[in-house]
Amino acid sequence: MSMKIKDIITPFSAWSNIVKKPVTVKDPFTERPGADRYRGFHKNDVEACIGCGSCEAVCENQAIDLVPVEGIDTKKGDSGLRPLVDYGRCCWCALCVDICTTGSLTMSNEYTWVSDDPDDFRFIPGVDKKPWDNNEKGWTNPGYSLYNPERVNMEEIEPDERITNFIEIVKGYSKEQAEKEADRCVSCGICVASCPAHMDIPGYIKAIRDGNLEKGLQLLYDTNPLPEICGRVCTHRCEEVCSVGVKGDALAIRWLKRYIADNVPFEDYKRILGLDSLPEAKKHIAIIGAGPSGISAAYYLRTMGYRVTIFEAKEHPGGATMYGIPKYRLPMEMLEQEIGLLEEMGVQFRFNMMIGREVKFDELYAAYDAVFMGIGFEKPYLIAIEGEEGPGSMQAIDFLREVNEGKKPEIGNHVAVIGGGNVAMDAARVSRRLGAKVTVLYRRRIVDMPSDPEEIEGCEQEGIHIEPQTIPTRIVKDEKGKVTGIEYLKAEMVDDPKGRRPKPVPIEGSETILEVSTVIGAIGQEAYYDFLSAEWLEKLKLERGRVVTNENMQTSIERLFAGGDSVNSTADAISAIADGHRAAKGIDVLLSENE
Amino acid sequence: MSNSNNHKLLIKTDRSSYPQPDESGKLQVDLDSGKYVKVWHGPNHPGVTGNMSLELTLCGDEVVEAKTHVGYLHRGFEKIFERRTWMQCFPTVVRMCVPEPDSNEYNLAASMEELSNVEVPEYAQWMRTLVLEMARISNLLRLLPAHGGTMGLGLGVQWGVYLRDLILDRFEELTGARIYHMYIIPGGVRGKMPDGFKKRLISNLDDIDDFLIRLKRLVIDNAVFKKRSIGTGYINPSWVDKYGIVGPNARAAGYKRDVRKDNPYLIYDQLDFEPYVDNEAASDIFSRTWVRFMDLKYGVEMIRQILDKMPNDGEILGKIPNALNWKIPTGQTYVRSESSRGEYGFFAVADGSEYPRRINLRGPSYTHAIALLEKLLVNANISDVSAIMVSLATCPPEIER
Repeated sequence: MSMKIKDIITPFSAWSNIVKKPVTVKDPFTERPGADRYRGFHKNDVEACIGCGSCEAVCENQAIDLVPVEGIDTKKGDSGLRPLVDYGRCCWCALCVDICTTGSLTMSNEYTWVSDDPDDFRFIPGVDKKPWDNNEKGWTNPGYSLYNPERVNMEEIEPDERITNFIEIVKGYSKEQAEKEADRCVSCGICVASCPAHMDIPGYIKAIRDGNLEKGLQLLYDTNPLPEICGRVCTHRCEEVCSVGVKGDALAIRWLKRYIADNVPFEDYKRILGLDSLPEAKKHIAIIGAGPSGISAAYYLRTMGYRVTIFEAKEHPGGATMYGIPKYRLPMEMLEQEIGLLEEMGVQFRFNMMIGREVKFDELYAAYDAVFMGIGFEKPYLIAIEGEEGPGSMQAIDFLREVNEGKKPEIGNHVAVIGGGNVAMDAARVSRRLGAKVTVLYRRRIVDMPSDPEEIEGCEQEGIHIEPQTIPTRIVKDEKGKVTGIEYLKAEMVDDPKGRRPKPVPIEGSETILEVSTVIGAIGQEAYYDFLSAEWLEKLKLERGRVVTNENMQTSIERLFAGGDSVNSTADAISAIADGHRAAKGIDVLLSENE
Repeated sequence: MSNSNNHKLLIKTDRSSYPQPDESGKLQVDLDSGKYVKVWHGPNHPGVTGNMSLELTLCGDEVVEAKTHVGYLHRGFEKIFERRTWMQCFPTVVRMCVPEPDSNEYNLAASMEELSNVEVPEYAQWMRTLVLEMARISNLLRLLPAHGGTMGLGLGVQWGVYLRDLILDRFEELTGARIYHMYIIPGGVRGKMPDGFKKRLISNLDDIDDFLIRLKRLVIDNAVFKKRSIGTGYINPSWVDKYGIVGPNARAAGYKRDVRKDNPYLIYDQLDFEPYVDNEAASDIFSRTWVRFMDLKYGVEMIRQILDKMPNDGEILGKIPNALNWKIPTGQTYVRSESSRGEYGFFAVADGSEYPRRINLRGPSYTHAIALLEKLLVNANISDVSAIMVSLATCPPEIER
């Protein structure tokens, strides 16, 4: 390229800028604030935050730590921890904001911040007050999710088909479905705290993701020897607190547990769980009742090397899970399989052996090193209304037991179920399967029902009518003593002055008679303690019908431990299993101390 | 433009005072003789692009031996990646090239998507292309006037930095950050266009058009710049394949090398463009400056074209696994994109876990600033060292990753 005289002159054209207005601004911080979406400094809505720690997990610089905060306590669904951000490490990528399961963590659009205290740069957003706390603009959760908020649909038998039989409704996940569902987990572990047995839920979900079901099974059995049962009928309090469930659907933790238990061949259980060579039997423990708490205690005692004998009054093991839960929720084989494992481990079962009838409690207490009592709640509360005695009126637990034993109780064509708990729902749905029209009468509103929401939904799908705010007053019978109807009063909800849940108050003159052929009462149960003599009963401390125990499930009688429904108020299988495990450890502590 | 025959290199005559190679071919530099002096050009030197240093052996004002030294950044990103989950690599990769981080983001995202079969929504692909082109012009706005800057012409650099700042403003509103955009997230992008963004971006593009006219007068048509750049830093076209020279440096040497054309990715096949090639293969600083000038010009046109053709709305993120548990099936891939400095590639290896087994960066600076630069600097005048280095568009973080 040749050089021209023009090349010397043209650069001077830049001088034309001297008459132009400068493009710089005097005070950039006030004249030009950050963009609306700018990733500035962290803010956190501490009320909405549940301390799940997804921000901590996703942070690539380990700039976030979850720390306890004064004034915020660990409670249901809230770890009580809050993120502490270290601006010596943070790179302002905002992945923590994007992944936040509650949407509480955001960033302001502040550009600069000056402080002469180096400790200021490690702070808990939302707790340590900062100048940008009230700044509305900045990076917020951008409307997409870095995990799938939607649950993998569980296939079920159609309602029309299911009311004709007792086949299990839920079909279970396939491998692909289970892995997809397991992928949604953010491994926060809030569920672990809410599980009575403190199962390692993130651990076994990870095992599913890794395709390592053997590891998963080991983790299940670490805290729960009845995963096949809990995988079907657990009250899954874990899912209620699941952090993914705050904005989306909670993880199907129960179905994932079931997936592991169902997909490991049962023949391999002993090998995987290392039950082939248990320690030599040292002492002998008696267990009263082969329900979930008794089985759980037996399993852990046996793994610790104790000889265990279970005394069961009925013909089959399983307790409430065997006799109380309908087969469409929990097929019989599952129970038999898990009991079979215990038998292989060397646990002895004595069926049809009722304490107080075949064996005296005194003899038992004297012959064994320790006794565990998991007797459950067998005695139903009566509704205490006129006409409750006699045919045509029965109690739900008796009704369910009879059906599970293969009998077909005569219920006629229209059944009224009194109560709003899971037992009431079971009785209603079983009656439906026996061909009857069913109406559920409940004192309070549907939202107040203690039953699981999916049970209520199942009832509705199956054409069961729920009549809320009704108080039964009388069972109507004809001259031959046959039930023809139930009379009830409508109730209105009155707020409790002490702030407790509203109370149903009957409306006078609202008597209604519903024509029914059978009335099933399901308003609760209590325990039978009549196998204990007066002396023992005097020593055994009870409170409102429940046995009082210490944290090791030890009762006021030294070598007597107790667990399950007769001890805890939650009345579900998983709490009973947790009790059994705790009692096993308690017995071990007691007997080791005495050595 | 000049051709290779009247090149400065060939004008050099008397080499008797220069060190001679021994039997092994190594130069025998006897520093005690007083004939030579060793100079460290960098790491803290206004003429060096970033934390890199050149160890120069001079004879008078001429370089007889040059050695590139890196190690001033203390990074080791490729090792860090092995201890981060795939998603955690996303905020980290941007640091491998500060002025143009988006190629890193794209390459990581593309390699993860390819290995785990994730589909990126169409709108997100257009947004990615837009961001990559914006990154190209923002980097060129810094780099192009710097060609003059190394010869003492700082004014163009100031103009360029101002305009680059305007583009950074656009980045700020679109991506939430000015420098480390972290926008091209694996699976898609992190946001839609804000209201009025298009209008503001087009107005910035108009400013750049005006800037190009002014810059041409100030730098390209400048007698001093021409005098110093024509024939200096000549890259023999035969070295292009030998040294792995890519991008504008290769196009200045007459090779049509552009990944966007040769191996179209994203939606580049739907765009109408032709990369500028210096058909005379002048291959000196002036030629490379001119190629970059045209790149910037075409880049502006390309953004206009993208804004014109792209859909108004759409999905921004495809179906990705949980970011915390994203496992990538065993496999390996090499993805590449055209950065403003040339072909920019990621070799990614996955072992089926949540963590990458290896992510290796093939950046243009590695070959340009080590093998090529060491060769180009021999016989160069010390005052041309910065100019030659900048004309290769070296980016030290990309070498030392």
